Amino acid sequence: MNKKPRSLIRIIIPVVLTLVTIALIVWPMLAGGQYVVLDPKGPIGASQRDLIVISTILCAVIIVPVLILSAVIVWRYRDKPDNKAAYEPNWSHSTKAEAIWWTVPIIIIGLLAIVTVRYTYDLEPSKPLAHEKAPITIQVSSLDWKWLFMYPEQGIATVNTLNIPADRPVKFELTADSPMNSFWIPQLGGQIYTMSGMAMTLYLQADHEGKYWGSGANFTGEHFGEMRFDVNATSDEDFDKWVAEVKQSSQELTTEGYNALAEPGTSNVAYYSAFPEGLFQNIVTKYVVDGQSAHSKHGTSSEASGAIQNATDTSNQDEDKSAN
Amino acid sequence: MLEGLKEFASEFFVTGDPLIYGAMVSIGITMIAIVAVLTYFKKWGWLWRNWLTTVDHKKIGIMYIIASIIMLFRGGVDALMMRLQLAMPNNEFLNPEHYNQVFTTHGTIMILFMAMPFMFGLFNVIVPLQIGARDVAFPFLNSLSFWLFFLGAMLFNLSFVIGGSPDAGWLSYPPLSELSHSPGVGQNFYIWGIQISGIGSLATGINFLVTIIKMRAPGMRWMKLPMFTWSVFSTCIIILFAFPILTVTLALLFLDRFAGAHFFTLDLGGNPMMYINLIWMWGHPEVYIVVLPAFGVFSEIVSTFSRKKLFGYKSMVFAMLIISFLSFFTWAHHFFTMGSGADVNAFFAVTTMLIAIPTGVKIFNWLFTMYRGRIRMATPMMWTLAFIPCFIVGGMTGVLLSVAPADFQFHNSYFLIAHFHQVLIGGVVFGYFAGLYYWWPKMFGFQLPEKLGKWAFWTWNIGFYVCFMPQYAVGLMGMTRRLSTYGWDTGWWELNFVSTIGAFLMGVGFLFQVAQIADGIRKYKTLKASADPWDGRTLEWSIPSPAPEYNFAITPRGDDIDEWWEEKERRAKGIYPPEQPLEPIHMPKNSAIPFIMSSFWFVAGFGFVFGWLWMAILGLAGVGICMIARSFSYDTDYYIPVDEIKRTEASLRGSV
Repeated sequence: MNKKPRSLIRIIIPVVLTLVTIALIVWPMLAGGQYVVLDPKGPIGASQRDLIVISTILCAVIIVPVLILSAVIVWRYRDKPDNKAAYEPNWSHSTKAEAIWWTVPIIIIGLLAIVTVRYTYDLEPSKPLAHEKAPITIQVSSLDWKWLFMYPEQGIATVNTLNIPADRPVKFELTADSPMNSFWIPQLGGQIYTMSGMAMTLYLQADHEGKYWGSGANFTGEHFGEMRFDVNATSDEDFDKWVAEVKQSSQELTTEGYNALAEPGTSNVAYYSAFPEGLFQNIVTKYVVDGQSAHSKHGTSSEASGAIQNATDTSNQDEDKSAN
Repeated sequence: MLEGLKEFASEFFVTGDPLIYGAMVSIGITMIAIVAVLTYFKKWGWLWRNWLTTVDHKKIGIMYIIASIIMLFRGGVDALMMRLQLAMPNNEFLNPEHYNQVFTTHGTIMILFMAMPFMFGLFNVIVPLQIGARDVAFPFLNSLSFWLFFLGAMLFNLSFVIGGSPDAGWLSYPPLSELSHSPGVGQNFYIWGIQISGIGSLATGINFLVTIIKMRAPGMRWMKLPMFTWSVFSTCIIILFAFPILTVTLALLFLDRFAGAHFFTLDLGGNPMMYINLIWMWGHPEVYIVVLPAFGVFSEIVSTFSRKKLFGYKSMVFAMLIISFLSFFTWAHHFFTMGSGADVNAFFAVTTMLIAIPTGVKIFNWLFTMYRGRIRMATPMMWTLAFIPCFIVGGMTGVLLSVAPADFQFHNSYFLIAHFHQVLIGGVVFGYFAGLYYWWPKMFGFQLPEKLGKWAFWTWNIGFYVCFMPQYAVGLMGMTRRLSTYGWDTGWWELNFVSTIGAFLMGVGFLFQVAQIADGIRKYKTLKASADPWDGRTLEWSIPSPAPEYNFAITPRGDDIDEWWEEKERRAKGIYPPEQPLEPIHMPKNSAIPFIMSSFWFVAGFGFVFGWLWMAILGLAGVGICMIARSFSYDTDYYIPVDEIKRTEASLRGSV
């Protein structure tokens, strides 16, 4: 092979790779995008960011030297007539060396396992957050293809928009009246699936006022991409003001209204001044067959499971509809 | 009558999409062209006798690889369509419904109809040659496995012009894949396409397990087995345990859809969670199924092209067997965020990250195989070297994903997409390409032109990083997978645009490979390969290229790990093995039954897809008749006489 194209390739490759790296880091910042996962605004998100950083460092401890080592080895032992490096075609075993590279990954993975297990228990989504203020409860239902948020304490409901008070834990109770979706507000913390027949619990908290990105993360069919919502974290006063405003200026969500809403289709942002009592529990227990308990053990709060038993009777009427 | 026919046709064929009309026309033209060429050159008999009815493992392997490359093209076109759609915000190139179909078929095809057959192709071509065998343990079953795979894949592919493609994702979670949410026939195509080819995969797993256990050359004890064969062995163990789960899962889903059962629907006591558990009990081991043979390929290549013994043979074997065992303890990490509780999540997080240990050891062993070696930069070695950093980084992001609470942030995002493409392309695709380049001379008897191969290598590799590195970033920016479009306000478009450029670069790399193969075929006379073009180490390099149908004129011995290398050393010292007389070779006869039987499976599958019971019964009856016919065929083998072996050997050896 002649020399010219080879040396050209050697120049082009690093240039391209460098450009890509720069593009990677700089462009999104220029465009106003942000690494939301690495820029948390609440305690859960912050712990998860820390965990991501710790585990990345632990992994980097081993992979960075290995990457350098591979480059050095490939360079040093390439097949060149003038290469003076040692050549030992039969050297294929060294107990000492192999003991080292069995041990090092075991230690690193061992450390990572300890960190992971600790954080797994700490960050169990249904574990209440320590805070002087009592949590506010919000019931979340994923529908085809919109999010329904109900505020049982305030008696209001919204679609595709979420208002929460800042600096106060939020207890999300989640279910689905459609294929399973996943509820994700990256800056506040990791996602959790919404599944029909189950009520899940997820505690999150916003430390600061602001507007955060939220979306459905699990594919649920045609318009799943439109299941995004803004999370408005406001002061307690502003939150109460907003609740009062919704109470005054919006219509009530009736049972018929809910059934229409649950039909497959997209929806704009909507506000409701009231919603049928026990609607969330009805959605959860929609499929409960008489004499059987709902699949409600995992991550369910005790109130929700209590409600499931109470609501069993009312659920039967919905069942015929859902069977199609 | 005519109206009825029109109505039927409008439902039967996919209509209304110009892209699909274009595809229909090009499929029609290609079909006509193939038929015309075969007829003009009078090649029908040749096709039937030499290929469609063959039981020769090498030819079956070649057919697997050709089918796989065609599927790589189709899955690749799907990928480019997705990347085009995502290149700009609010793009309307594909509507959401069409987009969902495209990503579903992309995933299904790449895993099941590209990676699996490519792997089986390499198994078929190489394993018997490496262990000094004349064929696989069950040659008839081998041919049947191929045709089941091929016709299953064709049934699946038919969906995009007839009836409509599946659109519930490549793992088809219920209730999305149930009749209530996917009333069309697309999901039935998914079930039957995979089911039919899956039976073939299971049979291949059993076949190679038995081949490796029973048909090794004399002297080849377990700890003398070539590393690729070891990787095939550990893969087949996983296949043996994982594929029956897939078969049952799909059968239950079919019963839900076809017979109104409720295994996976919440009403009447079913549960979608059961499906998700089952599908991942198959699905996660499946990724180790496809990656372990690639590890085997790398081991062979690293050793050959460093002109050095593989470092830490026993560690390598041990690591591979541990991986195949641990692969069954990882499935729940696919639903860390489903609220299984801290105990379950902690357990599966740890069992998942444990796999990094044996994998890391393998990487060290490859590095130290090169250490104090002499590394030649031929294309197979280049793909191997590209694999190492790519897999190290992909493996690390995999470990990050296994950290359960951190996975709450990564799950379902583009970070995950970038991770698994990095391990599946960097590990599996690079590995199979390396294997294809490495064994190409053994399969076809000529070398591929290296220059075009290097162009292909660099465009593929640069394209890969340009495509997938931005996806890690956009995942951290909150972009979720399977989105068909997004707005300007998200700040995602620049990274997506870069990613699309990378995808097209990879497409260009594929075209270079096609050009390379075409160029090689055109000049094959000048590129003729010797028996041992790479200065190889294992037994397949001791016989002519391409291998004669009986592989070894005289059964070889396998006393050493690198038997052929040792043999060459002995010969250099003037020690030659004692002359052995040739004996007639016992070989299996070709059979048309596998092809016909699989065609009946295709008919049955098509009947089930459309719910035409008469057609399904007809197909199954045909399958039954084929089985009976086979059980009454007694004349299934023959002997190659010594004269003919002498003639073949003389002509093959003479030409090298």
